[in-house]
Amino acid sequence: MSDKSSLDQTCIIIGASHAGVNLAFSLRKEGWQGEIKLFDADPILPYHRPPLSKAYLTSDDEIDKNALKSAESYDKENINLNLGVSVTKIDAESEQITLSDNTVHGYDKLVIATGARPLIPPITGIETATHLYPLRTALDVSNIRKAFNQSKQKRVVIIGGGYIGLETAASLKKLGAKVTVLEREDRILARVTAPEMSAFFAKLHADNDVDVFTGKNVTQIQNCQNENTIICADGSSYQADIIIVGVGIRVNTELAADAGIELENGIKVDETTATSAANIYAIGDCSYHYNPHYDRFIRLESVQNAVDQAKTAAAAINGKQVKYDTLPWFWSDQHDVKLQMVGLSQGYNQIVVRQELDAENKFSVWYFDNDTLLSVDAVNNAKAYVLGTKFIKSSSKLDKAKLADANVELKPANLIQD
Amino acid sequence: MAKITFITTDESSITLEATSGSVMELAVQNNVAGIDGDCGGVCSCATCHVHVDPAHLDKTGDASEIEKDMLELDDNANEYSRLCCQLEVSDQLDGVILRVAQ
Repeated sequence: MSDKSSLDQTCIIIGASHAGVNLAFSLRKEGWQGEIKLFDADPILPYHRPPLSKAYLTSDDEIDKNALKSAESYDKENINLNLGVSVTKIDAESEQITLSDNTVHGYDKLVIATGARPLIPPITGIETATHLYPLRTALDVSNIRKAFNQSKQKRVVIIGGGYIGLETAASLKKLGAKVTVLEREDRILARVTAPEMSAFFAKLHADNDVDVFTGKNVTQIQNCQNENTIICADGSSYQADIIIVGVGIRVNTELAADAGIELENGIKVDETTATSAANIYAIGDCSYHYNPHYDRFIRLESVQNAVDQAKTAAAAINGKQVKYDTLPWFWSDQHDVKLQMVGLSQGYNQIVVRQELDAENKFSVWYFDNDTLLSVDAVNNAKAYVLGTKFIKSSSKLDKAKLADANVELKPANLIQD
Repeated sequence: MAKITFITTDESSITLEATSGSVMELAVQNNVAGIDGDCGGVCSCATCHVHVDPAHLDKTGDASEIEKDMLELDDNANEYSRLCCQLEVSDQLDGVILRVAQ
């Protein structure tokens, strides 16, 4: 610390999800002795978000079972958790924030962990739809569960064939819904995976009796006596008792923008997670940050990024020399399939598909830029995921022919070229 | 009801009682240092790594295939390693001692 010890300082964190909560606890671990104030508009004790579209949606669990930390943990670490209150303004000059109740709080360090919100597309008539929900918060899931339980026919239409849409499709199918997924692109998961992966998941959902239609640009929703009709540009239409919208997000950058902080596809931060404004940091989904491994700026929507950036910010705020340098990883669970992904495939010009011999739905897709391994998607195959992680980290050159041959055991000695 | 003892990397010991849920959840709820459970308990992150006391392997049983594979991410893994999100609390675990991995 420069002129005063952290004992007399206040760190304010805006946003209490994976990034903000982990930051608060990491700050203590790194030795921050001053006040920590954590604010979030969501009134519920901060919880894990990934299960919302997966196991939590299909269970009867209370959200407390998914809490990131117990309520006592915040007390024990002397973290001042303020829920159900939103921040309306950051004044970077006077170093204070204003809340929705008009109270003003000064800070020495401020961390923006505001994440993102679901994008509700401007479809004609969408405002008239009944039982239409995004899926981002515990309240969304509670609303979906309630609507589902009250629905007689349980016809669910999901707009958007990305991870959220497909996980939700699998979960609601498990509960007995009639599920239709409408994807605008010509394949599901088009933005994030290779055509081979899209084809696998399309078949997986078809085999599980989920109707997945691609090339479906939803242009209109009509509501007549509480019955939704979804109309696509090609003239097709679908009846829905419940509509789930999973077409992407908008980054919550408004507070930062109003404070004059530099933005670029999110809140731009340096390798210590510091923004362009003094003593203000940004972490998690809202941060546009540099990734040394891929040598470019990226914005990630993932637990890994939220947790790891929280650790970096905590160290930096405590005056330690630190650089954010991690390999992104993700996971998705759909039906009985576990997908694990490591790295970023963007820019690949070749893929190697490796189908294991011991199980039908056990394979991996390896994305290369010439000889450089960029990323791996592993389906029911943790070994491929783990090895992929190691190979990418060590920039290993692989024998692609052997990699593609399932008779060659998946281990480093068999695959790494001299 | 099972009593489960965690020994953290600073050699402090904490014994907790539980009847259900995963051992990872129990550890996180009680702030056991070094057990993060970032993925929420779906065997995806390997941040709940423990070493089972060698005398207590009969209580925990063996790691599953996915668990063994995920443990290879961690250089500190050995034959006593488990990802404790995959350990369900039951009477069988009563008295087990788990050392939180480095």
